[in-house]
Amino acid sequence: MNITGEDLILACSAIGAGIALIAGVGPGIGQGYAAGQAAAAVGRNPGARGSVTTTMLLGQAVAETTGLYGFAIAIVLVFVKPLLW
Amino acid sequence: MNPAAVILAESGGSGMSFMIRHLVDFELFGQKLSITTTHIAIVIVDLILILFAIAVKVKFSHPDNVPGTFQSAVEFLVEFVGNFVSDNMGPKNGKRFLNYTGSIFLFILLSNISGLLGLRPPTADYGVTLPLGLLTCFLIHFNGMRSKKFGYVKAYFEPIPLFLPMNLISEISTPISLSLRLFGNVMSGTVMMGLWYSLMPVFARLGVPSFLHIYFDLFSGAIQTYVFCMLTTIFIQDKMGDPE
Repeated sequence: MNITGEDLILACSAIGAGIALIAGVGPGIGQGYAAGQAAAAVGRNPGARGSVTTTMLLGQAVAETTGLYGFAIAIVLVFVKPLLW
Repeated sequence: MNPAAVILAESGGSGMSFMIRHLVDFELFGQKLSITTTHIAIVIVDLILILFAIAVKVKFSHPDNVPGTFQSAVEFLVEFVGNFVSDNMGPKNGKRFLNYTGSIFLFILLSNISGLLGLRPPTADYGVTLPLGLLTCFLIHFNGMRSKKFGYVKAYFEPIPLFLPMNLISEISTPISLSLRLFGNVMSGTVMMGLWYSLMPVFARLGVPSFLHIYFDLFSGAIQTYVFCMLTTIFIQDKMGDPE
């Protein structure tokens, strides 16, 4: 089986894309923490359910950003292939 | 080559259905340009928005005393965006920025949910979200300079002059993080839908994707629209000083 340099770069790009998605761990923890706190808040004050939910979703959407950086890098590695230029 | 390598090698072009596709290639001043799926989708989204605007104009030239379905829906929309802007910016600034925020709200919302129409969402192209972020960035600094004058420059040297590089970096990263957040969310939804449609057996492609569409297109798209508009208003207000 002949492996050219191009194949090797493609394979390593795929591995790198997989590694880049480890960035998803952080937002996962953060969003889970936000959801847990929101659940506790609704438990203490069920009347404020609507605004608590809105605030939680907003905070989670902002916390997601760092994970999306990893996703963007993975997309670039696999589809744009900057290392082959 | 084995199948995985073929998918990897071809996916930049036409192999997978979720990447940007070049429909018409042409050359202009020595540059190779092309009309892509993004352009088509933007034109369709804009046409829908223009038709909507004409319909609203026709309806509200002779408004009914007892609002019908369409009139109530439009009134609700305007009230929602208006409340949301003036909650974040105060009543006076809220009126000034209602136009801008309402426009990008409608455009981003319709772009994000255009996956339901079978289009590739225009916001899944970084060339669309970066200009949106830059527009907001321009508004932030223009209004900051106009309302704070010298205080705008002074804010870069606070709390101590040593913080200048960090303040500059945080200013530069604002449009990038705004645009990447929107792009990443819509793009991840598009990739998931594309993978589902291209890899699943045919019986899983009927019916089941509707739930995925509800999550990735409607829910995620609406939340990201809300977040983008909210951050836009908050950043502009933050640079302009306290709401009066």
